[in-house]
Amino acid sequence: MKKRVVITGLGIVSPVGIGIPAAWDAIVQGRSGIGRVTRIDPGPYSSQIAGEVRDFDISQYISGKDAKKMDLFIHYGIVAAMEAIEDAGLKISPDIAERVGVSIGSGIGGLPGIESEHQIVTESGPRRISPFFIPRCIVNMVAGHISIMYGAKGPNIAMATACSTGTHSIGDAARLIEYGDADVMIAGGAEAAISPLGLGGFSAARALSTRNDAPEKASRPWDKDRDGFVLGEGAGVLVLEEYEFARRRGARIYGELAGYGMSSDAYHMTQPAAGGEGAARCMRVALHNAGIAPEQVGYINAHGTSTPLGDRAETEAVHTVFGDHVRSLAMSSTKSMTGHLLGAAGGVEAVFTTLALYHGILPPTINLEAADEGCDLDYVPLQARKQTVDVALSNSFGFGGTNSTLVFRRYSD
Amino acid sequence: MENVAERVKKVVVEQLGVNEDEVTNEASFVDDLGADSLDTVELVMALEEEFDCEIPDEEAEKIATVQQAIDYVTAHMPAKDA
Repeated sequence: MKKRVVITGLGIVSPVGIGIPAAWDAIVQGRSGIGRVTRIDPGPYSSQIAGEVRDFDISQYISGKDAKKMDLFIHYGIVAAMEAIEDAGLKISPDIAERVGVSIGSGIGGLPGIESEHQIVTESGPRRISPFFIPRCIVNMVAGHISIMYGAKGPNIAMATACSTGTHSIGDAARLIEYGDADVMIAGGAEAAISPLGLGGFSAARALSTRNDAPEKASRPWDKDRDGFVLGEGAGVLVLEEYEFARRRGARIYGELAGYGMSSDAYHMTQPAAGGEGAARCMRVALHNAGIAPEQVGYINAHGTSTPLGDRAETEAVHTVFGDHVRSLAMSSTKSMTGHLLGAAGGVEAVFTTLALYHGILPPTINLEAADEGCDLDYVPLQARKQTVDVALSNSFGFGGTNSTLVFRRYSD
Repeated sequence: MENVAERVKKVVVEQLGVNEDEVTNEASFVDDLGADSLDTVELVMALEEEFDCEIPDEEAEKIATVQQAIDYVTAHMPAKDA
């Protein structure tokens, strides 16, 4: 029989705040983290806005010597993981070290580092390439560094499934605990791709909002005036534990990770399948895995990126899965405030979903002033809502048509 | 202008993130200053940059202490900087 998995620690670095208290307060207040891009000169780009992490100083957390060997997504991932481990009160002593693993991925990895090193090789030749270039940029290095810093000797993995990365990372980590490969997994996603090629690449794909004159209004899932997603960055990390293990050490339990599902659209590189067919199958297999009926679900933290096609497809998928139950179901998009954190999205949204269950507060979808045709669910528009919910889902869908859903259950002794 | 020894030590402090007083002439990059093999590669690159010279790999491998770095640079740096 599979083992139960509970959530005992949370950590976040996000456009709406660094650390759980600041970020959750912003989400509950409905504060946007979107602004004009400052990291690079956004002038030449069609989308000039993003959810940037502000006032982040890596030297508060690790030494300068270590920090310069890591690209920005690794900084974010490490800081979120450090907070989660601290929040869990977890001491990775030698007697449990082999039972503690890490699963933190990234959709893109060290794109800014790749860009700057490419400039070096072009201008000065291959002898000037830093020996740290590869380990500074590769996707699995958040997981690697966390294992080294804390002596976590269990499974060490990193997903790279585009915008599904964070959700897959957490879901697969939970599977490892269920299957007995680990008792504790530090799991989530990290991303920092607000760079010339990141901003320019998504702009070129016509994926981004160009509401440059009103950044805070740009991410508006399901609204009739939505025009694409807003690039975000950061990291979200959970500490997952086998239930009995957490109980034995007297850990505070935020909630239960009750199920996980995956599917593939097998349809198109960037567009969702018609009617959200793949997304619907994904939610169904996740509910099946959790042994939970659709009628038990009270809240969905949507993928909800604010793109014309994606938002409608996800709504259609929810209709397919939940039928008449949609009338007593809320679905919101915290991306309306954070922007789209790509590979970190599933991480920060798992944090928000966990806190929604724990505190009995459903995050709002800000900027949803007039819902588009075909977008007819209760999206918790504009303001957060006090509401106790027993079961919540978190969806992530990535380029390539890769879908993932987590099922969270409220915990009570 | 700073002499070669001072400039070498400055690069070492910056690259390895160590305190100035640890960087004695006898200090070994690996044994005393906590460098690993990648750190020493990058340190040599930084010395090349500072002194505008090229240190071949087979020579770089022999530079294990601060003094050896000072000696190498002194012997090989362009005359105008001496």
